[in-house]
Amino acid sequence: MKADWHAGGFGLYIHWPFCAAKCPYCDFNSHVSAQIDQAAWREAYLREIARLGRETEGRVLSSVYFGGGTPSLMEPETVAAILGEIGQYWPRANDIEITLEANPSSVEARRFAGYAEAGVNRVSLGVQALRDDDLKALGRLHDVPQARAALDVAKAHFGRVSFDLIYARQHQTLDDWRGELSEALDMAADHLSLYQLTIEPGTAFGDRYAVGKLRGLPDDDLGADMYELTQEMTRNAGFEAYEVSNHAMNGSVSRHNLVYWRYGDYAGIGPGAHGRLTIEGQKRATVATAAPGLWLRDVGGDGAESRSALSGPEQAAEYLMMGLRINEGISVSRYRALAGFGLDEGKVGALCDDGLLEFADDRVRTTQRGRMMLNAVIRELMV
Amino acid sequence: MSRMTDLKHIRNFSIVAHIDHGKSTLADRLIQLTGTVAERDMKEQMLDAMDIERERGITIKANSVRIEYPAQDGETYVLNLIDTPGHVDFAYEVSRSMQAVEGSLLVVDSTQGVEAQTLANVYQAIDADHEIVPVLNKIDLPASEPERVKEQIEDVIGIDASEAVEISAKTGLGIPEVLEAIVQRLPAPQGTRDAPLKAMLVDSWYDIYLGVVVLIRVMDGVIRKGDQIKMMKTGATYKLDRLSVLRPAMKDIAELGPGEIGVFTASIKQVRDTKVGDTITHDKKPCDKALPGFKPSVPVVFCGLFPVDSAEFEDLRDAIEKLALNDASFSYEMETSAALGFGFRCGFLGLLHLEVIRDRIEREYDIELITTAPSVVYHLYMKDGEMKELHNPADMPDLTYVDHVEEPRIKATILVPDDYLGDVLKLCQERRGIQLDLTYVGGRAMVVYDLPLNEVVFDFYDRLKSITKGYASFDYQMTGYRQDNLVKMSVLVNDEPVDALSMMVHRDRAEMRGRAMCEKLKDLIPRHMFKIPIQAAIGGKVIARETLSALRKDVTAKCYGGDATRKKKLLEKQKAGKKKMRQFGKVDIPQEAFISALKMDS
Ligand SMILES: Nc1nc2c(ncn2[C@@H]2O[C@H](COP(=O)(O)OP(=O)(O)OP(=O)(O)O)[C@@H](O)[C@H]2O)c(=O)[nH]1
Ligand SMILES: C[S@@+](CC[C@H](N)C(=O)[O-])C[C@H]1O[C@@H](n2cnc3c(N)ncnc32)[C@H](O)[C@@H]1O
Ligand code: SF4
Ligand SMILES: [Mg+2]
Repeated sequence: MKADWHAGGFGLYIHWPFCAAKCPYCDFNSHVSAQIDQAAWREAYLREIARLGRETEGRVLSSVYFGGGTPSLMEPETVAAILGEIGQYWPRANDIEITLEANPSSVEARRFAGYAEAGVNRVSLGVQALRDDDLKALGRLHDVPQARAALDVAKAHFGRVSFDLIYARQHQTLDDWRGELSEALDMAADHLSLYQLTIEPGTAFGDRYAVGKLRGLPDDDLGADMYELTQEMTRNAGFEAYEVSNHAMNGSVSRHNLVYWRYGDYAGIGPGAHGRLTIEGQKRATVATAAPGLWLRDVGGDGAESRSALSGPEQAAEYLMMGLRINEGISVSRYRALAGFGLDEGKVGALCDDGLLEFADDRVRTTQRGRMMLNAVIRELMV
Repeated sequence: MSRMTDLKHIRNFSIVAHIDHGKSTLADRLIQLTGTVAERDMKEQMLDAMDIERERGITIKANSVRIEYPAQDGETYVLNLIDTPGHVDFAYEVSRSMQAVEGSLLVVDSTQGVEAQTLANVYQAIDADHEIVPVLNKIDLPASEPERVKEQIEDVIGIDASEAVEISAKTGLGIPEVLEAIVQRLPAPQGTRDAPLKAMLVDSWYDIYLGVVVLIRVMDGVIRKGDQIKMMKTGATYKLDRLSVLRPAMKDIAELGPGEIGVFTASIKQVRDTKVGDTITHDKKPCDKALPGFKPSVPVVFCGLFPVDSAEFEDLRDAIEKLALNDASFSYEMETSAALGFGFRCGFLGLLHLEVIRDRIEREYDIELITTAPSVVYHLYMKDGEMKELHNPADMPDLTYVDHVEEPRIKATILVPDDYLGDVLKLCQERRGIQLDLTYVGGRAMVVYDLPLNEVVFDFYDRLKSITKGYASFDYQMTGYRQDNLVKMSVLVNDEPVDALSMMVHRDRAEMRGRAMCEKLKDLIPRHMFKIPIQAAIGGKVIARETLSALRKDVTAKCYGGDATRKKKLLEKQKAGKKKMRQFGKVDIPQEAFISALKMDS
């Protein structure tokens, strides 16, 4: 029998932890640094790839994802070197997806050709908003014309292009969003990530929110209306909402993210990167040292990463959590095989009766209402 | 310290006052000036040792301390002081303390003057035959008006204030004069050393290291370590392990004679054997007559206390028994509820008392509680002529069996500056009050109202304080029962009756209360995946309704680059939070809702 992870595939995540500025809503592992020794970082990534490569050599690689931080601050040569090293260990799937997250400034757009040459075949642009005032409020360094220009450059160099928007922003009305989204749909290539603004503790927005100073955020009902509008408009424009916040045309889904959602195996490389790796029949959670300086120092020994074995029920819980985010939902038999016990049938039945879940042909998936209430649904089903 | 002190060198007194007039601060200064506690160990209101006392800045338990004072006459006196609470809910502590001493220091804040509790305490002190020394406190403050307050004391209370001692408990000004006044103006206790032992069980408490500790006042005879003693009411006998005086830490002493106050431990296992007010004597050579004991206090507010985790029921029983030992005014009996399982129906002297007990159980015994709606005791006159007490609205029988219902009434005395009088009268009228008297004392209005207790227990005091910016003072006494048009209002959440939320209301006020309750619950219950009707009903008739709309969205927008661990932790935490709520049908109701829903905003 094949190991469980094959059901989700195998991908590589490369984390670049630097940004030109820290956005006030962002709680990713990202840092602003004046001096980045690209050669040292390149060296470190290559060593990590070699270490992980030896452990999982021969697996067919379905995707590579350069995430951040702002990977479009990497020199194209660094990207090329990394992709070259990756080729030493893992055979590539024919349709391998190699994505790089980019910020839409003109400086960065100038590197797009180099990334394409290095082998990147998909970019995800952090456009975030199509209103200049809002981009400022979000602490972004680009404006709308720059974003449009960067998108055009990207479309010229890459077969697949996606961009991100954040909505449910301060003072945004339903009509504002309707207008903005329709502009976005006109610009879009084949993929869109549309995220509702989340106020994360520990960020500048989080601090302001805690003291009641972050005004004009939509209430629950407006948030729900915006979400519903988003589903409707994207569907009408031919985009399938294949995940909570992700929309693709003609099946151009993000294969890398599907590895997470299908609960496959993925190796995380870089400061704070997470991985799930099945080695010698045991699935493990891996997490790397988060502080860039420390990570750089520790790489090479085995000090930069800690690993913990995941029990069957833990794996099943993660599968449930990830799998219900996507349209295809989860396989009940796969859940049972992982957990050692089945999903609570009574609860599944009740959630189906309430119109939140659907159950057919071994698969449990959410309805649109269920997707909107996903956290509650997962809490119900979690043991 | 081992020799017994002769009577004429002993003075026993309580310190009484309205809340916050500075009793505990005065106790600090007396302790400090007599060197009872080393300077470095002093802290503010040091007798208020409980966490809740320190947090709220009020005294809840009466505390006694023995201090030694070398007086100007060249003799050294032993003084036993008892610091008492000022809040009306703890008046029982005061009356009990007064039985153990011969005099009272009546502290009056010279910036505030005579307040409702000042009056109540004076009357109690007079009842207990106390010599009273008035003490005017806070004269360090610019707003202090000692002359005016002296007049007030004479006019309103009718005691001589010409020799009132003017002090600042804060700065220490006038404290030596207080000590002299105690020695010269308060009487020495009386008692016979050769008589059989007769001691009053004043208080007892549970100490995790020592077990049950008993506070006594010796009336006659001598008690010694190792003595075989007997509690006259319960008949239980014990051998004294340890005999001490409180300074305020326990200091062992060989014996205590007439007039003295101290504590003992005696490996007492049965908490129930120590009843405050009981008489303690020697097992072999008992005294012939027991002391009259204390007037029992009558709990006026009842509510159910249930453990959040039903497995903690036995721990709760243990905690409640131990707390009841320390607090004779708190009563309890077992109760079962359809929704909440096993718990206790407990009786309290007021809402603050309830909050304090609940807090203490949660903190000192680490048991999370659900508190049900507080209620007073109604008298149900049944058609068959029988009278039944109703402690819990949920137990209200079918109306066809009930002839009529009587509710407890109180006589409330409120002192308030003229500016706020109108608002106070309005509040009393709204609460179905009947005005009995309105007079002016020393520049303030004194209103006396006949009010139904059930309109007062929840939030009357809070409301009074807020509409008068804290300037009103309030005291009440139970007067008796009176018939009125009272009905049971039930609350239905998602069409299911929630027994813990049902309450007795006056028919004329039912719609208003029902609406307020439904609106409150709408804010208190978190939104669910479905919409939830919230209704108030009398019998089968719905008198108010609100709808809590369904939660439409609860989803994390983005999923962090494969970081499933963090997301899982968050969901698990939320799931655990949900467990803290109570399920009624499909609806989770947070515990604080049970009390908050009853507080009215207007
Ligand atoms: N300025 C001034 N403040 C004082 C004086 N005596 C007490 N206080 C303050 O008044 C407040 C109440 O003092 P407490 O000693 O706790 O009053 P209490 O009478 O024991 O209060 P309860 O036990 O709650 O009834 C505290 O903030 C004291 O610091 C005084 O002589 N002068
Ligand atoms: C790894 S992040 C950042 C990628 C890139 N550095 C950028 O900012 O353009 C990926 C996406 O998550 C979204 N995101 C980040 N923080 C968010 C928040 N607090 N609420 C909603 N979306 C957020 C943004 O749309 C962002 O483009
Ligand atoms: S949102 Fe993107 S650019 Fe902004 S700080 Fe976070 S990772 Fe960097
Ligand atoms: Mg006090």
